[in-house]
Amino acid sequence: MQRIGVFICHCGTNIAATVDVKAVAEALSHEPGVVFSTDYQYMCSESGQMIMREAIREHKLSGVVVCSCSPRMHEATFRKAAEKEGLNPYMVEIANIREQVSWIHKDMKEATEKAIILGRAAIAKVHLNKPLKAGESPVTKRALVIGGGIAGIQTALDIAEAGFEVDIVEKEPTIGGKMAQIDKTFPTLDCAACILTPKMVDVAQNEKIKIFSYSEVESVKGFVGNFKVAIRKKARYVDEDKCTGCGLCTEKCPQKKVPNAFNMNLDTRRAVYIPFAQAVPKVATIDADYCTMMKTGKCGICSKVCTAGAIDYKQTDVIVEREYGAIVAATGFNPLKPDKYNELGYATCQDVVTSLEFERLMNAAGPTAGTLLRPSDRTHPHTLVFVQCVGSRCDVENEKGKSYCSKICCMYTAKHAMLVREKYPDTEVYVFYIDVRTPGKNFDEFYRRAVEQYGVHYIKGQVGKVVEENGKLKVQASDLLSGEQLHIDADMVVLATAVEPDKSARSIATMLTASMDTNDFFTEAHAKLRPVESPTAGIFLSGVCQGPKDIPETVSQASAAAAKVIGLLAKDKLTCNPCVANSDEMLCNGCSSCEKVCPYGAITYSDKEFRGPNRTTLIRRVASVNEAVCQGCGACTVACPSGAMDLKGFSNRQIMAEVDAICKM
Amino acid sequence: MQEMMQKRAVELLENGTVDRVLGWSVGDFPYDMTPAVFRSAAEVKDRFVYNDFCAANLSKYLVKECRAGGKILVFLKPCDTYSFNQLMAEHRIKREMIHVIGIECFGKADVDKLKDMGIEGITGISMKDGSYTVSTVYGDTTVKAADAMAERCLSCKSKKHMVYDELIGAEGEVVEDCNRFDMVEKLEAMTPDERYEFWRGELSRCIRCNACRNVCPACTCEKCIFDNPNSGVSQKAAVNSFEENMFHIIRAFHVAGRCTDCGECSRVCPQSIPLHLLNRKFIKDVNTFYGEYQAGEDPAAKPPLGKYEKNDIEPGEAGGANA
Repeated sequence: MQRIGVFICHCGTNIAATVDVKAVAEALSHEPGVVFSTDYQYMCSESGQMIMREAIREHKLSGVVVCSCSPRMHEATFRKAAEKEGLNPYMVEIANIREQVSWIHKDMKEATEKAIILGRAAIAKVHLNKPLKAGESPVTKRALVIGGGIAGIQTALDIAEAGFEVDIVEKEPTIGGKMAQIDKTFPTLDCAACILTPKMVDVAQNEKIKIFSYSEVESVKGFVGNFKVAIRKKARYVDEDKCTGCGLCTEKCPQKKVPNAFNMNLDTRRAVYIPFAQAVPKVATIDADYCTMMKTGKCGICSKVCTAGAIDYKQTDVIVEREYGAIVAATGFNPLKPDKYNELGYATCQDVVTSLEFERLMNAAGPTAGTLLRPSDRTHPHTLVFVQCVGSRCDVENEKGKSYCSKICCMYTAKHAMLVREKYPDTEVYVFYIDVRTPGKNFDEFYRRAVEQYGVHYIKGQVGKVVEENGKLKVQASDLLSGEQLHIDADMVVLATAVEPDKSARSIATMLTASMDTNDFFTEAHAKLRPVESPTAGIFLSGVCQGPKDIPETVSQASAAAAKVIGLLAKDKLTCNPCVANSDEMLCNGCSSCEKVCPYGAITYSDKEFRGPNRTTLIRRVASVNEAVCQGCGACTVACPSGAMDLKGFSNRQIMAEVDAICKM
Repeated sequence: MQEMMQKRAVELLENGTVDRVLGWSVGDFPYDMTPAVFRSAAEVKDRFVYNDFCAANLSKYLVKECRAGGKILVFLKPCDTYSFNQLMAEHRIKREMIHVIGIECFGKADVDKLKDMGIEGITGISMKDGSYTVSTVYGDTTVKAADAMAERCLSCKSKKHMVYDELIGAEGEVVEDCNRFDMVEKLEAMTPDERYEFWRGELSRCIRCNACRNVCPACTCEKCIFDNPNSGVSQKAAVNSFEENMFHIIRAFHVAGRCTDCGECSRVCPQSIPLHLLNRKFIKDVNTFYGEYQAGEDPAAKPPLGKYEKNDIEPGEAGGANA
């Protein structure tokens, strides 16, 4: 029989105003096993904890029940206090009589009765509590960052700065991501490449950072502190170690008609290419889909001109196995392809472009060398119409776009409008918006400058139709404030398309057993208090893969994720949560039900020898739980048909005892 | 049919393809066909029986046979192949140890129905052109098959073999409109009080003989919770009439999403309780809430109750569990 002490907290008047705490203490003192019962104004205070500690000493308590606030608040406080008196911390149970009683009930009689019932349930549970001991697991002191955009770059630099090794896996031939494609950045209008490329160089020069470019994560095994990751280095048909990045091959390659993805396919590149001048690593890549040598076996010019002998047409994909203590998802985004918006004419009119295409058209390294020209006839546009929220803030039923606000479009559209007016004062610029959203440091000032100083015409309303007629784009729109229909003859239309998570994110989330929302953004462990951690231990989130963000926010989150990784890698050993699942091998059927529902991949099966009847040996398939991976969610215990799977600290018997105690009148 | 099966079993035993044969032999009565293991060609020739009383689903016996080693030949009727696949999905049996011969089935006779017709002294049965010829010690009687067929066969969901190594007879087709949920719909249409009375009337007859559990191919736990003193529900004396129902309700929950609707539970119940209706209600609900799913159709399919999707129905939602 346990010797249980019960402590009722007033929480000032938070609890005591609605619950008759004295009556609760009195009622619970008669419960079986209760040898001490009292109430106090603030159990969490030093003196409150001392009352508990003295009672543990004096009454030789083997279990403690605290009726107070949610265990999320002070469970750790009371457990630590009990531990100081030599009691196993897991012999302490909390009955939540604040959030679940006093805050939600008005009638004192009812509230008191419920508080007694919850206290009784906790006492029934403590009777079955067993001392638990947390295990330990080692930590591999290296981090993996998936994605080499500005988010991944910043996270990797910060982790390396703290002295830990970092690998970046980037699926493109170079790091840099979307920021490398952007011309100028709001609200300061400094050139994106000028601030990004020094960071890319830092990454390349940092001895702690290893870049796996043109590579993808193939599989992830293991758990926090001990991940084993297979990385597929895709064949780029160029020896990375030999290539000097001189670019001679990219000039001599006769296959000139390859769409240039870096310039949003607005111009062409060669079959062997370096995406842009400041690429890191500065190594050429052969595009096997277009290379004449790869397709017909006849050409080989790049190989002939390469003085380093780096070209290798027979290169194959290589799988590299690496171990990590922490993994950061920084998989970023892509602009939504507005193909489905027939009314906006993107698919049919060359001069209807997306914002990212517009960035390239304005960029000095872009297809027009920085002179804004219409893609169709390469003439100077005089009237430009910007359409905001293309694919953002859609109805849930609308399958064309996303329900969320992409957050960055208002600002970059203001930037585009301002840059056009600045560079070409002869232009008329219209912006159609639903709302202009400019929260952020110096953001609203920036937008107002576009309107007031640069004379950009902001019109609240939506564009209904864009059609090409005699070289002009006929834009039909409504001005919601004046209630008028507008007809604008434009030269170019720019669509501020929604941000959507990179397509690779879903499969990466599956490998990481990290959860995602319906939009394929990674979900954070807590929306407010743990925004850079995934619910899966050891997996962290950096940048737009978690939700739409601008560059300063991305960099902040990237550094925050790095701080979390550093905190983890700085430890030599990790303490595991002892409230984990446990399989009784004698009862296990080997049916895999638990394995299928486990969101963390904590359950594995193996064939084990058992003693059968009459001195025989029986080989049975049984489950075992990796305690370092298990998060104690309990899904397996419910799925298990034979009751072999149970959760320490929340066993089926404990839960049933609580239910029985609640139902006992 | 019996001769063809015997011939093939003997061949496979003699050429060493299999070590044992799982089939049927005569039990306590000439109409009581019992699952049996045959270890030699002589045993097969001597005792192997197959006729329209051979209703037992043999797939569950493979759990034990797989443990004993060697290669086993099993004869499976179409509905038994669903149980076989489900056992495969749950790793209870090993495919490579089993040689499956699929056998045609036209529905099995219910001996109680024959007895209710006043037929006594039954010694055998055969089917031809939609009629059973029942041999008795008093001579042969012919009855319409539909009148004497087991209820579960009258609402047969599939005559298609889901798995086999070889077939005797046709591969068969899934029965599209089997009406197997008709009775469940009637129960759903009742008021809660009427439904409670219906089930009390049925379940109060339960004598806890455990036959339903022992025969059920989904009930192959190493240790059943009803036999495990730590589970809190084992061999507990029913305090009140409600607790009398709990054995069956708990069992229905345990097999939910895994039950293939083979109907063995109702077949073996000595008290004729229509236990399969509990399982069918779950099957119908799973179909309604998560889309059509037939346990045992595809051993690689993820069971709806064993996976989670964001758009899964919530309790109480329109058409949800509490609606």
